[in-house]
Amino acid sequence: MDFRFVLLWTDALFFVLLALGLVTIVYVRRSQPLRAAWRKVGSRATGMATATILLAFLAIGLADSLHYRPSLPAAAANGGEAPADSRDAAYSSEVLSALDALLAPLRTRLEKTYSAPFAGELYARETVELPDGEQTRIHPRLKYGAAHLDDPESERGQDIAGRLGKGAAAAFGLWLVAALALTASLARRRGRGWTEAASALVRGETVLAWRAALFTLGAILLVAGAAVALGSHYHVFGTDKVGQDVLYLSLKSVRTALIIGTLTTLVMLPFAVALGIMAGYLGGWVDDVIQYLYTVLNAIPGVLLIAAAVLMMQVVIDTNPQWFATAAERADARLLALCLILGITSWTGLCRLLRGETLKLRELDYVHAARAFGVGTAAILRRHILPNVMHIVMIALVMDFSGLVLAEAVLSYVGIGVDPGTISFGTMINMARAELAREPMVWWSLLAAFAFMFVLVLSANLFADVVRDAFDPRRG
Amino acid sequence: MFAYIVRRLLYALPILIGVNLITFALFFVVNSPDDMARMHLGVKRVTPEAIERWKAERGYDRPLFVNTHADGTQKLTDTIFFDNSLRMFAFDFGRADDGRDIAQEIRDRMRPSLAIALPTFVLGLFVSVSFALMLVFFRASYLDFWGVVLCVAMMSISSLFYIIGGQWLVSKVWALVPISGYAPGLDAARFLVLPVLISIVAGIGANARWYRTIFLEEISKDYVRTARAKGLSELAVLFRHVLKNAMIPILTGVVVVIPLLFMGSLIVESFFGIPGLGSYTIDAINAQDFAVVRAMVFIGSVLYIVGLLLTDISYTLVDPRVRLE
Repeated sequence: MDFRFVLLWTDALFFVLLALGLVTIVYVRRSQPLRAAWRKVGSRATGMATATILLAFLAIGLADSLHYRPSLPAAAANGGEAPADSRDAAYSSEVLSALDALLAPLRTRLEKTYSAPFAGELYARETVELPDGEQTRIHPRLKYGAAHLDDPESERGQDIAGRLGKGAAAAFGLWLVAALALTASLARRRGRGWTEAASALVRGETVLAWRAALFTLGAILLVAGAAVALGSHYHVFGTDKVGQDVLYLSLKSVRTALIIGTLTTLVMLPFAVALGIMAGYLGGWVDDVIQYLYTVLNAIPGVLLIAAAVLMMQVVIDTNPQWFATAAERADARLLALCLILGITSWTGLCRLLRGETLKLRELDYVHAARAFGVGTAAILRRHILPNVMHIVMIALVMDFSGLVLAEAVLSYVGIGVDPGTISFGTMINMARAELAREPMVWWSLLAAFAFMFVLVLSANLFADVVRDAFDPRRG
Repeated sequence: MFAYIVRRLLYALPILIGVNLITFALFFVVNSPDDMARMHLGVKRVTPEAIERWKAERGYDRPLFVNTHADGTQKLTDTIFFDNSLRMFAFDFGRADDGRDIAQEIRDRMRPSLAIALPTFVLGLFVSVSFALMLVFFRASYLDFWGVVLCVAMMSISSLFYIIGGQWLVSKVWALVPISGYAPGLDAARFLVLPVLISIVAGIGANARWYRTIFLEEISKDYVRTARAKGLSELAVLFRHVLKNAMIPILTGVVVVIPLLFMGSLIVESFFGIPGLGSYTIDAINAQDFAVVRAMVFIGSVLYIVGLLLTDISYTLVDPRVRLE
């Protein structure tokens, strides 16, 4: 299939962030103390287990950040006639991602409306005409969910168990391959035999806590295997109001959460770091101005500042529709703007921390020595101050992530979050909330959104704790 | 002390002016009043006359800073900036889009907001500090470990889940209290129990963990060892020494939010249908009533500055070494 690559703004920044991450890894490998700190993170079972989960989420987010516009069949594009502008008109206005392509079966199999997880019938009753002309109200069968069964009620249990078994077997196979590869690389690196490496792995005696990582990988593969095995014939988490598969929506939400959690910190980082160390090192009127700036921003209640800024930005986006070629680009602009706004409201905390730390560093001997040798201010800041406050930046980066993911859901619920067309945990919750009063309750999309968020935020929180323990010099 | 307070209040003035300039820039410079009118009126009813009428109703048809058509001081006072920003310093917020006086509305809605926020704050502080003290008492034991795990798990749950889950369990399944609503007077208690309870539970995770860290930092200090050497029981050490000394870091985080309690909670109030300031703000955001949002931003900033001042004063109350000069 022909397609055209689309690079949204958030994609570009997300890739920049990843590139920065890779650069950091290279830098860390060269620096002895940083390597020691990260090894400390890796030696903790919690650190390796949560890192594995976060990497799995990152993989989903990454696949969802490779966007393209599929080409339309010529006939569908323009009613059979050759399009006038054959280059442009042949591409769909719908922007898809690599994840969409992978999940095509989930994305395209739309039901009419709500259906419960693993259900064979629609949630709502419909009036249908019986062959003898009479009308009756029944739950009609789903178009795709459990459609391969004749009588879902009696056959479902056995069918699910069978598929689960297959999925688990495939997951175990994959896991075995991963475990063997890991043992091989451990054996090679340590220059030991296979059995020795394997026994060290099993007994958890490796330098990094590989056993925990392997266990977590096994759990992730099991869940993924089950989802793949069941997802092709059932709606594992049910469907939402317009019949979309909730599992698909949850997976799509991961990218939005990751973007908000990481890009916000990325856009605020330069300001917070530059202003923080400048205020601390230079003092005097620079310090006064910067302190004034962040006190003012701090004084405005965060939610209200965000609300005001988002309202205003919405007006700008609405009055300039010509800037955006597709709905996806418009939604993306709003997502990016939300990151910017969240960044502007949240940089003050880090800035104040950095200012305090710089005040302390400024009086240390080696900084005095550098000044006495006539090293310029900019060079001192870059060479002597910046590397020594980086651990604070690192800690702030991981600590902020989970808070931002949770904030997105609340903001989207209030109506000042992402574009209503963007799939996110917040919009999922918002849509599901209206149906809570129904009887029987429509609980599945709420629960799916909360469960995904919980796993993501919990792993981020635990990982942040381990990172803080390893990097904070006060915690030995 | 008095001179200190006066100086701090004077220092607050430039901050409030800064807040005012930022909100003014956000609402009137980023978008022209024409854009706002167009957005507000919707796509269908946008005609040049409708936009002019919308602007005239709100006084947005005047220049931003300097009115060259007016005379004398009117040059500066008959402008959008003066009417919409400087008037706020006199707590004159003008009228909302539905024609009601915003200042009056705020006075009316403060009471329900406080009725939720105050019990939440006091009980929440009590519960979280008690829980943290218990964890510290059993420190380095399984109870402590699993308590911290519980805290981390609880702070990883979305606040929306606590609200939705609580409403479902308590109001729907157990049918103990109404799902949402409000009644004036003592009758309100029935409606307030659930939101207060949920807010407390939602806050325990993060708060208790934070207090625990503070207590643990205190407990490794010399005076604690002395107190133990003296033969004091562990409980007496905790309550009489550690708790007292941990007050300073706790106050830093806690006192600053007390004045903001007036603002209410956006989410809780809108879920439970409490006619407080939080739901007022949410409604204003959804209806894009810019005047109300501006007023709330201003009040929030004033309260934050009051909170900072109260924090400083509270230090002198709990720590005799602190003197405000």
